[in-house]
Amino acid sequence: MGKKTPKHHKHVEAGARIVDFGGWDMPLHYGSQKEEHHAVRQKAGMFDVSHMTIVDLKGDRVREFLRYLVANDVAKLQDAGKALYTSMLNEDGGVIDDLIIYFMDESWFRLVVNAATREKDLAWIRRQAEAFSVDVHERAELAMIAVQGPQARELAAPCIDAEWREAALELKPFYGMEAGDMFVARTGYTGEDGWEIVMPAAHAATIWDRLTAAGIVPCGLAARDTLRLEAAMNLYGSDMDETISPLEAGLGWTVAWEPADRDFIGRKPLEAMRANPDKRRFVGLLLEDKGVLRNHQRVVVDGIGDGEITSGGFSPTIGRSIALARVPAGDYDSAHVDVRGKLLNVRIVKTPFVRNGEVRIEL
Amino acid sequence: MSELPGDLLYTKDHEWLRREDDGSVSIGVTDHAQAALGDLVYVELPEVDQDVTEGGDMAVVESVKAASDVYSPIDGKVAAVNDVLADDPETINTDPYGDGWIVRITPGGEIDESAFLTPDAYQALLDEE
Repeated sequence: MGKKTPKHHKHVEAGARIVDFGGWDMPLHYGSQKEEHHAVRQKAGMFDVSHMTIVDLKGDRVREFLRYLVANDVAKLQDAGKALYTSMLNEDGGVIDDLIIYFMDESWFRLVVNAATREKDLAWIRRQAEAFSVDVHERAELAMIAVQGPQARELAAPCIDAEWREAALELKPFYGMEAGDMFVARTGYTGEDGWEIVMPAAHAATIWDRLTAAGIVPCGLAARDTLRLEAAMNLYGSDMDETISPLEAGLGWTVAWEPADRDFIGRKPLEAMRANPDKRRFVGLLLEDKGVLRNHQRVVVDGIGDGEITSGGFSPTIGRSIALARVPAGDYDSAHVDVRGKLLNVRIVKTPFVRNGEVRIEL
Repeated sequence: MSELPGDLLYTKDHEWLRREDDGSVSIGVTDHAQAALGDLVYVELPEVDQDVTEGGDMAVVESVKAASDVYSPIDGKVAAVNDVLADDPETINTDPYGDGWIVRITPGGEIDESAFLTPDAYQALLDEE
């Protein structure tokens, strides 16, 4: 038996199929993952993401510490509540995890890291934090619900205390704020507008019920995965891990090279990779034939070499199969994928596949 | 849980067989299997006249989340495939024992019914899971 979120019994009541995810018992779907997916694209859905790990970093030198700890630069965070997406690298430039950092105040930054990487992340952060006298405090008593979709904020707003509701609705994308005993951020992992709401675990089940009553559709991890794939958002452990640099996982944009004298962990090996452009590309694939692309299938680029699908699946919004893949460098716009011995045709496309309810690629 | 059709034979791999009047055998996946797979999005069918062997891969059903092989429960030759599934794979979700049949096989020899599960035996298997 895995760990259970504060809303676990709610999921079971709602008929959820439960699976293990990073040691947690989590709902995979509540009936139809396709319907859940469409609910988020067209109206509003919600996910129990209480398994994700919230870590508060406090101390006078916390900003200086984070400028060393992660590849993106928290110097970009100057407005209270602003969020930054980044990768955290090891000494070899491999990705330990990807995370979001919120700037709360000058002595307090909040991190949200993945569930499956929790222990190694905490150990790594604590080890690096010592030299900066930064306090690393895991907030295991907090739960998190992501409400996502074009109507998500509007439908969820009544759950925010009236005193803070207006301000929460005015949050700009990628900002968060404290709202009484909640923390509300306009972030997500679906390519839709919405909030991620952090609350004391003791209140989570009640809020989940209120959100359900407001018409927000409970969604499982399966829909979360197809939504994030359509939005071309990376999944740790699938699209990148400690043996892969952010440059090989389409995360080059999260590496802040300037200022050149900022020393962050993994910078030196990363600069060497950057200087050698003969690297692998990270691309989106659209299947031209019938079938479904899956993780680890071989991508064959005629005359150039092989690559691999890192996240593949069926896109409910597009009605065809899509994938993210690591492929050899070179100038080409089509390839083949080996699906059970048959070479199917794929087109290289610019991601995201879908954003804000709209298909963004040419079909 | 819906009732299992009483006129079918079942396998441990959650497939069903129906002996048709013309001597052929229709094969599909059970309601339990389609529920476990979730929304189906693609079915890879064999060629008509293709030889199939007991326990060998014959078709693939793919849901949003996973691909799953469909094994031939008997030796024989493919007599027909359900072309409806090419455009409407979700027919397996909505009618697994009827319009969602997958392949019809002309058996290569006598069928040993004792090699399969009766509805009661299959129900017992589901109850164990």
